[in-house]
Formats: sequence, structure tokens, C-alpha cells
Amino acid sequence: MSSLIHQGRATYAFFERNWNLTRRYLAWEIVWLVYNIVNAMSITFIGVGVPDANYVVLYLLIGTAVWTYLSVTFDGVTDIINMERWEGTIEYTFMAPISRFTHMVGSCLYAIVHGLLFTLVQLIIVASFFHLDLSHANYLTAVFMLVLGSISFIGFGIATAILPLLFTEKGMQMTLIVKSLLLLVSGVYYSVSVLPAWMRVFSYISPATYVLEGMRAGLLHDQPIWSAEIWSYTWPLLLSGVISIPVGVFVFGIAERYAKRTGRLKRNG
Amino acid sequence: MAIQHLATETIDSSLTKGISIDPTTDAVVIDNVSKLFTKPRPLRAWFHRESKEEAEKRVIRAVEAISLTVKRREIVGILGANGSGKSTLIRMLSTLLIPDTGHISVFGYDVIRDAATVQRLINRVSVEASFFKKLSPMENLIYAARLYNMPADVARRKIVAILTRLGIKKDRINAPLENMSRGMQQKVAIARAFLTSPIVLLLDEPTTGLDPRSKLDVQHFVQELREIHDATILITTHDMEEAEALCDRVAIIDQGRIVAQGTVDELKSAVQERLGHIAPVTMNDVFMHYTVAHLITEADIQRYGSWEKAFEAYEAQKEDE
Repeated sequence: MSSLIHQGRATYAFFERNWNLTRRYLAWEIVWLVYNIVNAMSITFIGVGVPDANYVVLYLLIGTAVWTYLSVTFDGVTDIINMERWEGTIEYTFMAPISRFTHMVGSCLYAIVHGLLFTLVQLIIVASFFHLDLSHANYLTAVFMLVLGSISFIGFGIATAILPLLFTEKGMQMTLIVKSLLLLVSGVYYSVSVLPAWMRVFSYISPATYVLEGMRAGLLHDQPIWSAEIWSYTWPLLLSGVISIPVGVFVFGIAERYAKRTGRLKRNG
Repeated sequence: MAIQHLATETIDSSLTKGISIDPTTDAVVIDNVSKLFTKPRPLRAWFHRESKEEAEKRVIRAVEAISLTVKRREIVGILGANGSGKSTLIRMLSTLLIPDTGHISVFGYDVIRDAATVQRLINRVSVEASFFKKLSPMENLIYAARLYNMPADVARRKIVAILTRLGIKKDRINAPLENMSRGMQQKVAIARAFLTSPIVLLLDEPTTGLDPRSKLDVQHFVQELREIHDATILITTHDMEEAEALCDRVAIIDQGRIVAQGTVDELKSAVQERLGHIAPVTMNDVFMHYTVAHLITEADIQRYGSWEKAFEAYEAQKEDE
């Protein structure tokens, strides 16, 4: 019981710390929000004026929202290491009497909440610029797909966080490559069916593909959570989450041990 | 009375609950520990076969066959020049580095096998005050307190008590750390380690950058932690006065090896005898004697102007090599 209270307290410590950092870096938060809104609008305007504009605008809008959510959540998870390296606190966190799982759960919980709020604000502002017909939208399905997808994003994020752990200076940039590859293969702004066959294989691995397809089915075609179509996107996400989180934590554990053997936890490498 | 109250309050039994500690066991046992680091090969060198000499050049022998025992409630100083292996040793004790050979235990718990238990017994202050600089001392320390299983309300009271005791004004406690001087930040780092009342405290050059008054404050606090909380303290320092004032024993480390250890008086007597001096020697003399790269002669003193300058010149030469 005492151990559970301890791990609960530590989980909250990461959540509270990240919230405090968001407050203190509020100017950056606003900069990123404005950037994402402008970016989302510039993409969504492509759909205005084309035949069946409502469908295309909504299709692109979902793409921009999911991409923002994926980016913010993914950054939040990889920041488990990036931010600590930047601030020089990594050794203190790694010698604290908490499990690495607790460390990750605390950081990931904040990443999900932060990502959801950030995306919601962006979606409301961008959507207000377009006169959309949302009479066929099932919002519950959209939120369900986004939250379910978070589980897999976290697994991928944890595995990617080993890059800044092992590569002191270049690891942060490497995580951007992983993120951009997800953008390419997941059908954020187009259907994955247009991809060459060899690239489509990667789209089956990316959880973002299923989140996007599921959200589009919910918001464009009013598909409820219990429908067969949504289930066809739900089970791969569940499977991906069940596999990616333990695998991510396991791989991170190996990387942490390697870092401790080679002295890579030290701030300046 | 105030001191007694503060120190008693900082004991956090919930963290060490369930850990059995035999008070007769040595607090820290470092047994024949070595640690080598290998510099990565430059990319262009990957296309060439590396000779044995080249491979050897990339190896840094940070710590070599070090053995040291620290008894419970002892304050032991580790003295050494920059790059002598002090911080590597502290990192291995802190569960942040895995030794290549040998074993380290804290109250019988192995730092690798029982890392989770050891982490509940120790805390560390490093030479760099590492914090989230945009956050205030209070926010940083509350975060640390929660990681060490301390309720926030209890932690808040302790944080104010420790920080004001270390000379930080109350109005600075909630202001961002980035606006504080390096010395003040170091005091917050010291407060962070004291906050959790560790049974073994590892201090890696804790007073570097502090003014003389702050140094004294920290030294008194360290002594208090031992007297009232029964803490065992391992401290690395360049400051010979500090070593004399605080340490029951000191170990002098040079190029990753312990070259001398004993009480301050024992080391002074040994060096005085070796040098054949009639007048008592200082700890500076002792340190120089054991860590000098080159035996300094009268000719060297005349060439460089003084014994200290000759020492510095040979140290620089050693670092270049």
C-alpha cells in the first residue's frame, strides 16, 4: 500500500512538473498553437472550392487535428528524455527511488491531457473559419478513436525516447525523423490507398492510420463506436497498444542499462 | 532547539520502510572497482582497421581498482584534481553508472542488483546545480519531495525551513531559479538533498562557487545531518580547509587510483616524515605531495617562481598528455 502511494505521488509529480513547465513556457505554448492553427488552416483551405467541399474540408481538418494531436503527444512522451537533457536534470530523475514505468506513466498522462486540450482549441478555432455541415458527425466515435490511439502513440513514443537517451546531441533530431515518417505513411492528408504498395506496408504498422480512418468514419459517415467498421480500426489499435507499450518499456530498459554502462546519462555526454 | 526540531522533522521513515539495515554493517563498501570509458571512433576512421595503440588511446581509465570502506556516521572526503575519477566514483555509488569490475554496496545492498533499495537510502549533490530553471525553488523541491514519497504539505514546511536556514530569503523561494546566482542555486541543490534526509549523502564538490559564509552554513548543516540524523557522508572536494573541518578520514585519488587514505593528522604526519620537514605540513602540502605529476625540485621552483606555480605547470602538462 505504501509503495502504491509512493508511485502515485511520483506519477503526480511528473504531471504537476510538466504543467508548471507549460505555464512557465506559456509564450512558447502560444507560439506553437498559433503556428499549428495557421498550418491547419492553410491545409484545410485547399478543400474550399473543390466539388464536395464539405467532405474534403472535413477530411483535411481531421488530418490536421490528428497530426497535431499525434505531434503534441509524441513530443510529450519523447520529452521524458529531451527536456531532462536540456535542463540537465536527467541524473536526478534516474537516481530517484521510482520505477521507470511510473516515470513514464506520469509523463505520458500529461502528454495525453496536453495533446487533447491543445487539439481541441485548434479544432474549435480552425472549424469556426469554415461553414461545415456536421449533421453526419459522431463526436463520441472521434474522441474514442483519439483516446484509444494515444495508447499506441505512447508505446511508439517510449521506444523513440531511447534515441535522445543514447545520442546526447543528435537524439532529439532523430525523433523528428520518426515523427515525419509517421506523417508520410499514415494518410494524414490523403488516403493510404494512394501510396505505393511497399509504403502501404508501413501504414499498416502506424497507429495513426487507424485513428485517422476511424475518426473519418465517425465524423464523415456517423459510424458509432460499436459498428463493424469502427471495430475494424479498434482492434488493430488495441493490439498495437498491447504490444508497443511493453515492448517500448522493455527496449527503454535495455537502453537505460547501456547508457549506465557507457556513461551516457551524464548531461554533456 | 530549533536545530533539533528541523532535523527530526526531516526524517522520512515512509521512504525507508521495509528496508532492514544492520547498524553494525559498513555504510559504504567499494571493493576493487574499475570503470573505463571508450571514446567513440570518428566516422571516417571506421573505414580503416584500428591498431592496438589507437584503440588503447581511445580508452579513458576513469577509476582503477578502488577499494574504500565508509563506516556508519562517518564523514569521508575524497580529494583529487579535476578528472581524477571522483565524480565517476560518486556516479557509480548513485546507481547512475555500472562499474566494469568490482562491487559497491550501501548498507549491504548492491548498487546494481538492489538499485531500487539503494536509491531510497541515498541522495546526491553534484557540482552543477541541475534544476528546471524556469521553475521556482519551491516547485523544484516539491517535485523532488514527491519523487521521494513526501507529502506536499510536509515538504512545503521543510523546504521553507531548510532554504531560510541556508540564507535564501522567503520572497525568492517562489521566484524562478534562473534569476538566482550560481551560489544560490547550489544552495537549493543542497536543500534538495537534505530534504529527503538520506541515510547516505553523496556530496560532489557541494560548496564550489559558494561564498565563505555560505560554505560554513553548508558545512554546519552537513555536520548536523550526521549528528542528529546519523547520516553517513561521502564528500568530494578541492577545498582542503573544508576537508579538514568536516572529514573524519580522507582518501586522495589520482588518475583513478586511491594513492593515500587516513585521518588528516595521519596523512600530515606521513608527509612531514617523508619530506623530512620539522615544521608541520598543511593539507595543501599533503595533497600536492600525493597528486603531483612530477617531483618538484629546487630548479623547478626557481624556473616557475614558486612551488605552486611549478605544480600547476606540471598539472597542465599532465592534462595535455
